[in-house]
Amino acid sequence: MKKEQKRYYFDYAATTPVDKRVLKAMKPYFSDNFANPSSIHTPGMDASEAVESSRKIIANYLGATPSEIFFTSSATESNNWALKGIAATAKGDKKKIIISPIEHHCVLNTAKYLKKMGFEIVETPVDKEGIVDVEKLKELVDDKTLLVSIMHSNNEMGTIEPIKEIGKICDDKNVTFHTDAVQSYGKMPLNVNEMNVDLLTASSHKIYGPKGTAILYIRGGTQIEALLHGGGQESDKRSSTLNVPGIVGFRKATEICVKEMKKEWKKQSKLRDKITKYIKEKIPNSHLNGPALGKPRLCNNVNVRFDFIEGESLLMDLDSHGIAVSTSSACSSPKLEASHVLTALGISKGDAHGTIRITIGRFTSEKDVKYFLTTLEKSVTKLRVMSPLNTRNC
Amino acid sequence: MYTEKVMKHFHNPANMGKIANPDGVGKVGNMACGDMMYMYIKVAKNKQGEDIIKDIKFQTFGCVAAIATSSVITELVKGKPLSDALKVNNTDIMQSLSGLPPIKVHCSVLATEALSDAIYDHYKRNKKPISKELKAKHEDIVRHNKMLEEQYKEYLDTQELE
Ligand code: FES
Repeated sequence: MKKEQKRYYFDYAATTPVDKRVLKAMKPYFSDNFANPSSIHTPGMDASEAVESSRKIIANYLGATPSEIFFTSSATESNNWALKGIAATAKGDKKKIIISPIEHHCVLNTAKYLKKMGFEIVETPVDKEGIVDVEKLKELVDDKTLLVSIMHSNNEMGTIEPIKEIGKICDDKNVTFHTDAVQSYGKMPLNVNEMNVDLLTASSHKIYGPKGTAILYIRGGTQIEALLHGGGQESDKRSSTLNVPGIVGFRKATEICVKEMKKEWKKQSKLRDKITKYIKEKIPNSHLNGPALGKPRLCNNVNVRFDFIEGESLLMDLDSHGIAVSTSSACSSPKLEASHVLTALGISKGDAHGTIRITIGRFTSEKDVKYFLTTLEKSVTKLRVMSPLNTRNC
Repeated sequence: MYTEKVMKHFHNPANMGKIANPDGVGKVGNMACGDMMYMYIKVAKNKQGEDIIKDIKFQTFGCVAAIATSSVITELVKGKPLSDALKVNNTDIMQSLSGLPPIKVHCSVLATEALSDAIYDHYKRNKKPISKELKAKHEDIVRHNKMLEEQYKEYLDTQELE
């Protein structure tokens, strides 16, 4: 690897850099205000105050009350907790859990685990853009349904789900509703009451905060078992010494996102559409995956596939030019299978092969995009020259 | 994840492309992940009168490892008698690349298959005797390709038209 290579980051959906303002806010909580917020001495109280004010700011953004926000260590933990914690309260034959086939692995695999434990897991279908079929879901929700868990937006495709409608169905039928809002949190307004959600997952490192901090919002009155038992932190629902610098970072990251939300959404969706249009116009035999241009989509996501070439080789060729993207092609997966999201959207195995995900963010500039697009065009051409399938010489 | 040698071959593959009037072509597909590799050879005689690989070129639709192994196998066998070329196995390829991630070993097998099938094709075209082993290998490849052709039907169809 060339060390001097300038890096162009187009993988913001994987993680984001910590914003300098966030880092600054966190700094005092490592060596100066380091106390355990559970301690009742003055430094402990100061740390506790930092945690509680953070809880308030996060709650405010979500339209929740602070006591409904529980800090965890990751979105994976929050999603595990939501599903397992609700499952642990199941009574009688109320054992049906409904999810979508495009959930993150931490929901899918937790559901798989619960299936082994005797729960019925039902996948509600999505259309070719990844949107949950609300009518079908309505039919599926019955008095045996314990929980519905549908993501707010999809990490691979950027599809935004009709969460309000789903929330209404669950509310009408008195079923607990969880949404994994990891990709939406901080990008768009989220109100737990408007959406009728009972549980919501969000994570700090996707919004320019530090890794290792996340939340689970739990609506007051929701019956849920603890995942971690111990010293009784977080209302005895999630024991563990609180990660004070992480929580303060998450708070600052949330504040910045809320303040700059409109501006960022506008800026990023403009760049997103620029990327999409350029690829469509300049690179033949390329296709947009997920929502069509002009349809609702996360402001920072483009997911495209190129005929005749494979995603891992495209990723690595771009990497040699300093560009970081991600792929869900079969060759890049540990099981040599295309991603479950591509499959669920009905994209054939062959077509899925040349898929890459491009995600932009706060620090992506017009200039970066320009460099990215010209390099992408070159890389695609270079690999197509090598491909036996490219008989049209695109 | 990949060694420097793998990346070198990936970025600057040797003998990439097509041969206009080949003496043998091997077309193989990778059942595990769905990739394709074509190998073209030109055959000539050396001073001892043996058939050698005078020229070889490849085309690959696949991952970094698939492209690098295609490139390295062409370097390993170019100029060699066909009988020696057939002996090159995926251990040789792995050695020349200073190793591959375990999950990518199947890509190097693909390269040896493409080569052996190109040689098979050459023998067949010239009605030369074909060993049992080579024939069995060829039959496996044909079986796999059938399954893959289904997957890439639209692409292969257009290829036939042109
Ligand atoms: S060609 Fe698919 S993993 Fe190598």
